[in-house]
Amino acid sequence: MRYLIIALAFSASAMADKAIDSPSLERQQELHNMLAHDCGSCHGLTLKGGLGPSLLPKALAGKSDQFLVHTILEGRKGTAMPPWKPFITEQEALWIVQKLLK
Amino acid sequence: MFKLSLLSLLFCLNAHAELRATGDLGVVIERAKGSALIINTSKQKTLAKIEALGDLSHASVVFSRDQRYAFVFGRDGGLSKIDLLQDKVAKRIIQAGNSIGGAISQDGQLIAVSNYTPGGVKIFSAETLELIADIPAQYGDNQLSKVVGLVDAPGQRFVFSLFDANEVWIVDVKKPTTPVIQKFKNIGKQPYDALLTPDGRYYIAGLFGERGLALLDLWNPETGVKRILPDYGKDDEKLPVYKMPHLEGWAVAGDFMLIPAIGQHEVLVIDTRQWTLVKRIPVIGQPVFVMARPDGRQIWVNFAFPDNQNLQIIDAKDFKIVKSLIPGKAVLHMEFTPRGEQVWVSVRDDNQVIIYDTENHAELKRLSAEKPSGIFFSSRAHKTGL
Repeated sequence: MRYLIIALAFSASAMADKAIDSPSLERQQELHNMLAHDCGSCHGLTLKGGLGPSLLPKALAGKSDQFLVHTILEGRKGTAMPPWKPFITEQEALWIVQKLLK
Repeated sequence: MFKLSLLSLLFCLNAHAELRATGDLGVVIERAKGSALIINTSKQKTLAKIEALGDLSHASVVFSRDQRYAFVFGRDGGLSKIDLLQDKVAKRIIQAGNSIGGAISQDGQLIAVSNYTPGGVKIFSAETLELIADIPAQYGDNQLSKVVGLVDAPGQRFVFSLFDANEVWIVDVKKPTTPVIQKFKNIGKQPYDALLTPDGRYYIAGLFGERGLALLDLWNPETGVKRILPDYGKDDEKLPVYKMPHLEGWAVAGDFMLIPAIGQHEVLVIDTRQWTLVKRIPVIGQPVFVMARPDGRQIWVNFAFPDNQNLQIIDAKDFKIVKSLIPGKAVLHMEFTPRGEQVWVSVRDDNQVIIYDTENHAELKRLSAEKPSGIFFSSRAHKTGL
Protein backbone atom coordinates (compact mmCIF):
# COMPACT_ATOMS: atom_id res chain seq x y z
CA MET A 1 0.00 0.00 0.00
CA ARG A 2 2.75 2.40 0.96
CA TYR A 3 4.49 1.62 -2.31
CA LEU A 4 1.34 2.43 -4.19
CA ILE A 5 1.08 5.80 -2.48
CA ILE A 6 4.69 6.53 -3.24
CA ALA A 7 4.16 5.53 -6.81
CA LEU A 8 1.07 7.69 -7.07
CA ALA A 9 2.84 10.62 -5.52
CA PHE A 10 5.70 10.10 -7.91
CA SER A 11 3.51 9.97 -10.96
CA ALA A 12 1.54 13.00 -9.82
CA SER A 13 4.69 14.99 -9.35
CA ALA A 14 6.03 13.73 -12.64
CA MET A 15 2.93 15.09 -14.35
CA ALA A 16 3.31 18.37 -12.54
CA ASP A 17 7.02 18.88 -13.00
CA LYS A 18 7.17 17.39 -16.48
CA ALA A 19 10.33 15.70 -15.21
CA ILE A 20 9.47 12.31 -16.62
CA ASP A 21 11.89 9.57 -17.47
CA SER A 22 12.50 9.71 -21.18
CA PRO A 23 12.13 6.51 -23.16
CA SER A 24 15.35 4.88 -24.36
CA LEU A 25 16.96 6.47 -27.39
CA GLU A 26 15.95 3.56 -29.54
CA ARG A 27 12.37 3.78 -28.37
CA GLN A 28 12.40 7.55 -28.91
CA GLN A 29 13.31 6.89 -32.51
CA GLU A 30 10.41 4.47 -32.86
CA LEU A 31 8.04 6.97 -31.28
CA HIS A 32 9.30 9.70 -33.58
CA ASN A 33 8.68 7.48 -36.57
CA MET A 34 5.24 6.59 -35.27
CA LEU A 35 4.39 10.25 -34.74
CA ALA A 36 5.52 11.27 -38.21
CA HIS A 37 4.05 8.39 -40.16
CA ASP A 38 1.27 6.70 -38.24
CA CYS A 39 -0.15 9.74 -36.43
CA GLY A 40 0.87 11.65 -39.56
CA SER A 41 -1.36 9.56 -41.80
CA CYS A 42 -4.33 11.48 -40.35
CA HIS A 43 -2.73 14.54 -38.75
CA GLY A 44 -0.22 15.21 -41.54
CA LEU A 45 3.50 14.53 -41.64
CA THR A 46 4.13 18.05 -40.37
CA LEU A 47 1.23 17.57 -37.93
CA LYS A 48 -0.64 20.58 -39.24
CA GLY A 49 -3.74 18.47 -39.71
CA GLY A 50 -5.48 16.28 -42.25
CA LEU A 51 -8.53 14.16 -41.61
CA GLY A 52 -7.61 14.70 -37.96
CA PRO A 53 -6.95 18.15 -36.44
CA SER A 54 -3.64 19.98 -36.27
CA LEU A 55 -1.28 18.88 -33.48
CA LEU A 56 0.91 21.96 -33.63
CA PRO A 57 1.56 23.77 -30.30
CA LYS A 58 -0.85 26.57 -31.20
CA ALA A 59 -3.69 24.11 -31.79
CA LEU A 60 -2.99 22.24 -28.56
CA ALA A 61 -2.60 25.34 -26.40
CA GLY A 62 -4.90 25.35 -23.38
CA LYS A 63 -5.41 21.59 -23.37
CA SER A 64 -4.02 19.84 -20.31
CA ASP A 65 -1.31 17.19 -20.51
CA GLN A 66 -3.71 14.81 -18.84
CA PHE A 67 -6.40 15.37 -21.47
CA LEU A 68 -3.91 14.90 -24.31
CA VAL A 69 -2.39 11.77 -22.78
CA HIS A 70 -5.88 10.39 -22.28
CA THR A 71 -6.80 11.16 -25.90
CA ILE A 72 -3.71 9.35 -27.19
CA LEU A 73 -4.20 6.31 -24.99
CA GLU A 74 -7.98 5.97 -25.16
CA GLY A 75 -8.88 7.63 -28.45
CA ARG A 76 -11.92 9.86 -28.91
CA LYS A 77 -15.30 8.28 -29.27
CA GLY A 78 -17.34 9.48 -32.22
CA THR A 79 -14.24 10.53 -34.13
CA ALA A 80 -11.64 8.65 -36.18
CA MET A 81 -9.08 8.84 -33.34
CA PRO A 82 -8.26 5.29 -32.18
CA PRO A 83 -6.82 4.27 -28.80
CA TRP A 84 -3.04 3.81 -28.93
CA LYS A 85 -2.64 2.14 -25.54
CA PRO A 86 -1.95 -1.30 -27.03
CA PHE A 87 1.25 0.17 -28.47
CA ILE A 88 2.47 2.87 -26.11
CA THR A 89 2.66 3.35 -22.35
CA GLU A 90 1.30 6.30 -20.41
CA GLN A 91 4.80 7.55 -19.85
CA GLU A 92 5.52 7.41 -23.58
CA ALA A 93 2.26 9.22 -24.33
CA LEU A 94 3.31 11.98 -21.91
CA TRP A 95 6.69 12.16 -23.61
CA ILE A 96 4.92 12.56 -26.98
CA VAL A 97 2.65 15.27 -25.56
CA GLN A 98 5.64 17.23 -24.31
CA LYS A 99 7.30 16.87 -27.73
CA LEU A 100 4.15 18.18 -29.37
CA LEU A 101 3.90 21.18 -27.08
CA LYS A 102 7.48 22.29 -27.69
CA MET B 1 31.16 29.81 -84.74
CA PHE B 2 32.00 26.46 -86.23
CA LYS B 3 32.92 25.15 -82.81
CA LEU B 4 29.64 26.37 -81.45
CA SER B 5 27.54 24.63 -84.09
CA LEU B 6 29.56 21.46 -83.64
CA LEU B 7 28.76 21.65 -79.98
CA SER B 8 25.08 22.11 -80.60
CA LEU B 9 25.16 19.25 -83.09
CA LEU B 10 26.71 17.04 -80.44
CA PHE B 11 24.06 18.18 -78.04
CA CYS B 12 21.35 17.26 -80.53
CA LEU B 13 22.82 13.82 -81.10
CA ASN B 14 23.01 13.30 -77.41
CA ALA B 15 19.42 14.36 -76.95
CA HIS B 16 18.39 11.88 -79.61
CA ALA B 17 20.23 9.08 -77.88
CA GLU B 18 18.07 9.70 -74.84
CA LEU B 19 14.70 9.69 -76.54
CA ARG B 20 12.20 8.43 -74.01
CA ALA B 21 8.71 7.05 -74.32
CA THR B 22 6.41 7.40 -71.33
CA GLY B 23 3.96 4.48 -71.57
CA ASP B 24 5.99 2.30 -69.22
CA LEU B 25 6.97 4.98 -66.74
CA GLY B 26 5.71 5.70 -63.28
CA VAL B 27 6.16 7.85 -60.22
CA VAL B 28 7.08 6.70 -56.71
CA ILE B 29 6.32 9.20 -53.95
CA GLU B 30 8.97 9.65 -51.25
CA ARG B 31 6.72 10.93 -48.52
CA ALA B 32 9.18 12.13 -45.90
CA LYS B 33 11.42 14.18 -48.20
CA GLY B 34 8.76 15.58 -50.48
CA SER B 35 10.36 14.06 -53.55
CA ALA B 36 9.31 11.64 -56.26
CA LEU B 37 11.19 9.09 -58.33
CA ILE B 38 10.49 8.61 -62.01
CA ILE B 39 10.81 4.90 -62.73
CA ASN B 40 10.65 2.63 -65.77
CA THR B 41 8.70 -0.60 -65.33
CA SER B 42 10.21 -2.36 -68.36
CA LYS B 43 13.78 -1.71 -67.29
CA GLN B 44 12.87 -1.91 -63.62
CA LYS B 45 14.99 1.06 -62.74
CA THR B 46 14.92 4.56 -61.36
CA LEU B 47 15.43 7.25 -63.99
CA ALA B 48 15.35 10.44 -61.96
CA LYS B 49 14.50 12.05 -58.66
CA ILE B 50 12.33 15.15 -58.60
CA GLU B 51 12.68 17.23 -55.45
CA ALA B 52 11.00 20.10 -53.64
CA LEU B 53 7.42 18.92 -54.12
CA GLY B 54 6.34 20.00 -50.62
CA ASP B 55 4.58 17.88 -48.00
CA LEU B 56 3.80 14.55 -49.66
CA SER B 57 2.66 12.76 -46.51
CA HIS B 58 -0.57 12.03 -48.33
CA ALA B 59 -0.01 12.25 -52.04
CA SER B 60 -1.64 10.98 -55.17
CA VAL B 61 -0.89 11.27 -58.84
CA VAL B 62 -2.83 11.43 -62.11
CA PHE B 63 -1.40 11.47 -65.63
CA SER B 64 -2.07 13.58 -68.69
CA ARG B 65 -3.56 11.54 -71.49
CA ASP B 66 -0.43 11.90 -73.61
CA GLN B 67 1.32 10.32 -70.60
CA ARG B 68 3.94 13.03 -70.64
CA TYR B 69 2.98 14.75 -67.42
CA ALA B 70 2.33 13.52 -63.90
CA PHE B 71 0.22 15.76 -61.66
CA VAL B 72 1.15 15.31 -58.02
CA PHE B 73 -1.34 16.34 -55.33
CA GLY B 74 0.41 17.02 -52.01
CA ARG B 75 -0.90 17.28 -48.47
CA ASP B 76 0.08 20.94 -48.23
CA GLY B 77 -2.17 21.96 -51.11
CA GLY B 78 0.70 21.78 -53.58
CA LEU B 79 -0.13 20.81 -57.16
CA SER B 80 2.97 19.94 -59.17
CA LYS B 81 3.11 19.09 -62.86
CA ILE B 82 6.11 16.87 -63.55
CA ASP B 83 7.47 16.48 -67.07
CA LEU B 84 8.38 12.80 -67.40
CA LEU B 85 10.34 13.49 -70.58
CA GLN B 86 12.60 16.10 -69.08
CA ASP B 87 12.82 14.98 -65.44
CA LYS B 88 11.69 18.32 -64.12
CA VAL B 89 8.82 20.22 -62.59
CA ALA B 90 7.04 21.98 -65.44
CA LYS B 91 4.80 23.99 -63.13
CA ARG B 92 3.93 24.07 -59.46
CA ILE B 93 1.34 25.96 -57.45
CA ILE B 94 0.05 25.97 -53.88
CA GLN B 95 -3.71 25.94 -54.32
CA ALA B 96 -5.01 25.31 -50.79
CA GLY B 97 -3.87 24.83 -47.20
CA ASN B 98 -4.53 21.13 -46.85
CA SER B 99 -5.33 18.77 -49.66
CA ILE B 100 -6.15 15.10 -50.13
CA GLY B 101 -6.24 14.14 -53.79
CA GLY B 102 -7.27 14.91 -57.31
CA ALA B 103 -8.51 13.77 -60.68
CA ILE B 104 -8.17 14.59 -64.36
CA SER B 105 -11.22 15.20 -66.51
CA GLN B 106 -12.47 12.87 -69.23
CA ASP B 107 -11.10 15.15 -71.96
CA GLY B 108 -7.78 15.60 -70.15
CA GLN B 109 -8.14 19.38 -70.07
CA LEU B 110 -9.02 19.91 -66.40
CA ILE B 111 -7.43 18.98 -63.09
CA ALA B 112 -9.70 18.87 -60.04
CA VAL B 113 -8.28 18.89 -56.50
CA SER B 114 -10.14 17.93 -53.34
CA ASN B 115 -9.25 19.98 -50.30
CA TYR B 116 -9.66 19.74 -46.54
CA THR B 117 -8.76 23.38 -45.91
CA PRO B 118 -10.56 25.30 -47.22
CA GLY B 119 -13.00 22.44 -47.74
CA GLY B 120 -13.98 22.14 -51.38
CA VAL B 121 -12.86 21.36 -54.91
CA LYS B 122 -10.82 23.59 -57.18
CA ILE B 123 -10.56 23.09 -60.90
CA PHE B 124 -7.50 24.04 -62.89
CA SER B 125 -6.37 24.05 -66.49
CA ALA B 126 -4.23 20.95 -67.00
CA GLU B 127 -2.05 22.94 -69.34
CA THR B 128 -1.34 26.07 -67.33
CA LEU B 129 -2.60 25.17 -63.81
CA GLU B 130 -4.60 28.38 -63.86
CA LEU B 131 -7.67 28.34 -61.62
CA ILE B 132 -10.86 27.88 -63.64
CA ALA B 133 -13.50 27.18 -60.99
CA ASP B 134 -13.70 27.14 -57.20
CA ILE B 135 -16.39 24.97 -55.61
CA PRO B 136 -16.55 25.44 -51.82
CA ALA B 137 -18.07 22.40 -50.09
CA GLN B 138 -20.60 24.49 -48.25
CA TYR B 139 -23.18 22.95 -45.94
CA GLY B 140 -25.27 23.69 -42.87
CA ASP B 141 -24.63 27.06 -41.32
CA ASN B 142 -22.02 28.30 -43.81
CA GLN B 143 -19.58 25.56 -42.86
CA LEU B 144 -17.09 23.98 -45.21
CA SER B 145 -16.66 20.23 -45.34
CA LYS B 146 -13.51 18.26 -46.01
CA VAL B 147 -13.78 16.67 -49.44
CA VAL B 148 -12.80 13.04 -50.11
CA GLY B 149 -13.23 10.39 -52.79
CA LEU B 150 -12.89 12.71 -55.79
CA VAL B 151 -13.04 10.87 -59.13
CA ASP B 152 -13.55 11.75 -62.78
CA ALA B 153 -16.63 10.28 -64.45
CA PRO B 154 -17.85 10.00 -68.04
CA GLY B 155 -19.76 13.00 -69.36
CA GLN B 156 -16.99 15.41 -68.31
CA ARG B 157 -18.03 15.16 -64.69
CA PHE B 158 -16.35 14.93 -61.30
CA VAL B 159 -17.90 13.16 -58.33
CA PHE B 160 -16.87 13.57 -54.69
CA SER B 161 -18.00 13.14 -51.10
CA LEU B 162 -18.25 15.61 -48.21
CA PHE B 163 -16.81 13.97 -45.07
CA ASP B 164 -18.39 16.40 -42.60
CA ALA B 165 -21.65 17.02 -44.45
CA ASN B 166 -22.59 13.43 -45.38
CA GLU B 167 -23.19 14.40 -49.00
CA VAL B 168 -22.15 13.30 -52.49
CA TRP B 169 -21.88 15.89 -55.25
CA ILE B 170 -21.74 15.45 -59.01
CA VAL B 171 -20.20 18.37 -60.84
CA ASP B 172 -20.65 18.72 -64.58
CA VAL B 173 -17.78 20.75 -66.05
CA LYS B 174 -18.71 20.75 -69.72
CA LYS B 175 -18.67 24.52 -69.28
CA PRO B 176 -15.80 24.64 -66.82
CA THR B 177 -16.20 28.25 -65.74
CA THR B 178 -19.83 27.60 -64.75
CA PRO B 179 -19.93 24.12 -63.21
CA VAL B 180 -23.35 22.56 -62.69
CA ILE B 181 -23.64 20.88 -59.28
CA GLN B 182 -26.05 18.13 -58.30
CA LYS B 183 -26.12 17.36 -54.54
CA PHE B 184 -27.18 14.19 -52.75
CA LYS B 185 -27.78 14.66 -49.04
CA ASN B 186 -27.89 12.29 -46.05
CA ILE B 187 -25.94 9.62 -47.87
CA GLY B 188 -24.58 8.20 -44.57
CA LYS B 189 -22.24 9.38 -41.85
CA GLN B 190 -18.66 10.39 -42.61
CA PRO B 191 -17.89 9.12 -46.11
CA TYR B 192 -14.10 8.63 -45.93
CA ASP B 193 -13.20 7.59 -49.48
CA ALA B 194 -14.89 6.38 -52.64
CA LEU B 195 -14.32 4.53 -55.87
CA LEU B 196 -15.76 4.52 -59.36
CA THR B 197 -16.28 1.24 -61.19
CA PRO B 198 -14.11 0.96 -64.32
CA ASP B 199 -17.14 1.35 -66.58
CA GLY B 200 -17.78 4.71 -64.92
CA ARG B 201 -21.26 3.71 -63.81
CA TYR B 202 -21.23 3.25 -60.04
CA TYR B 203 -19.77 5.61 -57.46
CA ILE B 204 -19.38 3.92 -54.09
CA ALA B 205 -18.43 5.76 -50.90
CA GLY B 206 -17.26 3.97 -47.77
CA LEU B 207 -18.73 5.22 -44.50
CA PHE B 208 -16.73 5.66 -41.33
CA GLY B 209 -19.54 6.87 -39.08
CA GLU B 210 -21.98 4.04 -39.73
CA ARG B 211 -22.38 0.64 -41.33
CA GLY B 212 -22.38 -0.03 -45.02
CA LEU B 213 -21.53 1.90 -48.15
CA ALA B 214 -23.28 4.58 -50.20
CA LEU B 215 -23.98 3.69 -53.83
CA LEU B 216 -24.79 6.13 -56.62
CA ASP B 217 -25.72 4.86 -60.08
CA LEU B 218 -24.45 7.53 -62.47
CA TRP B 219 -26.59 6.09 -65.24
CA ASN B 220 -29.65 6.77 -63.09
CA PRO B 221 -28.70 9.57 -60.72
CA GLU B 222 -32.39 10.48 -60.27
CA THR B 223 -32.82 7.30 -58.23
CA GLY B 224 -30.54 8.82 -55.60
CA VAL B 225 -27.91 7.37 -53.29
CA LYS B 226 -28.71 3.95 -51.86
CA ARG B 227 -27.23 2.24 -48.85
CA ILE B 228 -25.65 -1.12 -49.48
CA LEU B 229 -24.61 -3.71 -46.88
CA PRO B 230 -26.43 -1.75 -44.15
CA ASP B 231 -26.23 -4.63 -41.70
CA TYR B 232 -22.71 -5.66 -42.42
CA GLY B 233 -20.83 -6.54 -39.22
CA LYS B 234 -23.49 -5.13 -36.94
CA ASP B 235 -22.96 -7.87 -34.39
CA ASP B 236 -19.18 -7.58 -34.42
CA GLU B 237 -17.14 -5.25 -32.34
CA LYS B 238 -15.62 -2.59 -34.56
CA LEU B 239 -11.88 -2.52 -34.01
CA PRO B 240 -9.97 0.73 -33.68
CA VAL B 241 -8.85 1.97 -37.10
CA TYR B 242 -5.19 3.00 -37.22
CA LYS B 243 -5.24 3.85 -40.89
CA MET B 244 -8.22 4.64 -43.06
CA PRO B 245 -8.75 2.11 -45.85
CA HIS B 246 -8.52 3.34 -49.42
CA LEU B 247 -11.22 2.48 -51.87
CA GLU B 248 -9.38 2.21 -55.11
CA GLY B 249 -8.83 -0.60 -57.49
CA TRP B 250 -12.11 -2.23 -58.17
CA ALA B 251 -11.42 -5.90 -57.81
CA VAL B 252 -13.68 -7.83 -60.12
CA ALA B 253 -14.12 -11.49 -60.90
CA GLY B 254 -17.19 -11.87 -63.03
CA ASP B 255 -19.88 -10.00 -61.14
CA PHE B 256 -18.03 -9.73 -57.85
CA MET B 257 -16.34 -6.80 -56.22
CA LEU B 258 -13.87 -6.92 -53.33
CA ILE B 259 -13.47 -4.10 -50.84
CA PRO B 260 -11.72 -3.58 -47.49
CA ALA B 261 -13.95 -3.88 -44.41
CA ILE B 262 -13.44 -0.95 -42.08
CA GLY B 263 -12.62 -1.84 -38.48
CA GLN B 264 -12.57 -5.58 -39.26
CA HIS B 265 -9.93 -8.09 -40.31
CA GLU B 266 -11.87 -8.89 -43.46
CA VAL B 267 -12.15 -8.36 -47.17
CA LEU B 268 -15.74 -8.22 -48.36
CA VAL B 269 -17.02 -9.84 -51.54
CA ILE B 270 -20.06 -8.11 -53.00
CA ASP B 271 -22.32 -9.45 -55.74
CA THR B 272 -22.75 -6.40 -57.96
CA ARG B 273 -25.99 -7.67 -59.54
CA GLN B 274 -27.93 -7.34 -56.29
CA TRP B 275 -25.36 -5.40 -54.25
CA THR B 276 -25.40 -8.04 -51.56
CA LEU B 277 -22.59 -9.39 -49.42
CA VAL B 278 -21.71 -12.90 -50.51
CA LYS B 279 -18.53 -13.60 -48.58
CA ARG B 280 -16.33 -12.23 -45.83
CA ILE B 281 -12.72 -13.33 -46.33
CA PRO B 282 -10.77 -13.36 -43.05
CA VAL B 283 -7.37 -11.70 -43.44
CA ILE B 284 -4.41 -11.00 -41.18
CA GLY B 285 -5.24 -7.39 -40.29
CA GLN B 286 -7.38 -4.41 -41.27
CA PRO B 287 -7.05 -4.08 -45.04
CA VAL B 288 -6.02 -0.72 -46.50
CA PHE B 289 -5.72 -1.37 -50.24
CA VAL B 290 -7.56 -4.25 -51.90
CA MET B 291 -6.29 -4.18 -55.47
CA ALA B 292 -7.04 -6.48 -58.37
CA ARG B 293 -4.41 -7.49 -60.86
CA PRO B 294 -5.51 -6.00 -64.21
CA ASP B 295 -6.87 -9.38 -65.38
CA GLY B 296 -8.90 -9.68 -62.15
CA ARG B 297 -7.53 -13.10 -61.25
CA GLN B 298 -5.59 -12.07 -58.15
CA ILE B 299 -6.40 -9.58 -55.45
CA TRP B 300 -3.51 -8.18 -53.41
CA VAL B 301 -4.21 -6.78 -49.96
CA ASN B 302 -2.07 -4.70 -47.61
CA PHE B 303 -2.84 -3.74 -44.02
CA ALA B 304 -3.04 -0.99 -41.44
CA PHE B 305 -0.69 -0.58 -38.49
CA PRO B 306 0.21 -2.78 -36.58
CA ASP B 307 -0.07 -5.50 -39.26
CA ASN B 308 1.47 -3.44 -42.03
CA GLN B 309 4.46 -5.71 -42.64
CA ASN B 310 2.18 -8.17 -44.46
CA LEU B 311 0.68 -8.71 -47.88
CA GLN B 312 -1.93 -11.32 -48.70
CA ILE B 313 -3.03 -12.54 -52.09
CA ILE B 314 -6.56 -13.75 -52.80
CA ASP B 315 -7.38 -15.98 -55.77
CA ALA B 316 -10.53 -14.76 -57.54
CA LYS B 317 -11.36 -18.31 -58.55
CA ASP B 318 -12.59 -19.26 -55.09
CA PHE B 319 -11.91 -16.14 -52.99
CA LYS B 320 -9.33 -17.94 -50.87
CA ILE B 321 -5.97 -16.64 -49.73
CA VAL B 322 -3.31 -18.36 -51.80
CA LYS B 323 -0.23 -16.64 -50.47
CA SER B 324 0.96 -14.48 -47.56
CA LEU B 325 4.12 -12.43 -47.87
CA ILE B 326 6.10 -10.33 -45.39
CA PRO B 327 7.80 -7.72 -47.58
CA GLY B 328 9.08 -5.64 -44.64
CA LYS B 329 8.29 -2.75 -42.32
CA ALA B 330 5.28 -0.65 -43.30
CA VAL B 331 3.97 -1.86 -46.66
CA LEU B 332 2.07 1.18 -47.91
CA HIS B 333 1.00 0.72 -51.50
CA MET B 334 1.00 -1.57 -54.54
CA GLU B 335 0.78 -0.89 -58.24
CA PHE B 336 0.46 -3.42 -61.06
CA THR B 337 2.17 -3.07 -64.42
CA PRO B 338 -0.38 -2.43 -67.20
CA ARG B 339 -1.00 -6.11 -67.94
CA GLY B 340 -0.21 -7.33 -64.46
CA GLU B 341 2.88 -9.54 -64.72
CA GLN B 342 4.60 -7.48 -62.01
CA VAL B 343 3.49 -5.65 -58.93
CA TRP B 344 5.54 -2.91 -57.32
CA VAL B 345 5.26 -2.65 -53.55
CA SER B 346 6.43 0.25 -51.37
CA VAL B 347 7.95 -0.67 -48.01
CA ARG B 348 8.23 2.62 -46.17
CA ASP B 349 10.40 1.88 -43.15
CA ASP B 350 12.80 -0.35 -45.08
CA ASN B 351 13.27 2.37 -47.71
CA GLN B 352 12.62 -0.11 -50.49
CA VAL B 353 10.37 -0.68 -53.45
CA ILE B 354 10.07 -4.41 -54.06
CA ILE B 355 9.03 -5.79 -57.45
CA TYR B 356 7.23 -9.14 -57.42
CA ASP B 357 6.35 -11.57 -60.18
CA THR B 358 2.59 -11.95 -59.72
CA GLU B 359 2.51 -15.44 -61.22
CA ASN B 360 4.81 -17.16 -58.72
CA HIS B 361 5.00 -14.36 -56.09
CA ALA B 362 8.80 -14.36 -56.34
CA GLU B 363 10.75 -11.21 -55.60
CA LEU B 364 12.32 -9.92 -58.82
CA LYS B 365 14.16 -6.83 -57.76
CA ARG B 366 14.51 -4.12 -55.13
CA LEU B 367 14.96 -0.40 -55.71
CA SER B 368 16.04 2.07 -53.07
CA ALA B 369 13.63 4.86 -52.23
CA GLU B 370 13.42 7.14 -49.20
CA LYS B 371 10.27 6.35 -47.22
CA PRO B 372 8.32 5.37 -50.34
CA SER B 373 4.53 5.59 -50.24
CA GLY B 374 2.28 5.81 -53.31
CA ILE B 375 3.33 4.19 -56.60
CA PHE B 376 1.55 5.35 -59.76
CA PHE B 377 2.14 4.11 -63.30
CA SER B 378 1.40 6.16 -66.40
CA SER B 379 -1.04 3.52 -67.63
CA ARG B 380 -3.51 5.19 -65.24
CA ALA B 381 -3.76 7.96 -67.85
CA HIS B 382 -6.32 5.98 -69.82
CA LYS B 383 -8.44 4.68 -66.97
CA THR B 384 -11.62 6.37 -65.83
CA GLY B 385 -11.80 7.06 -62.11
CA LEU B 386 -8.09 6.68 -61.34
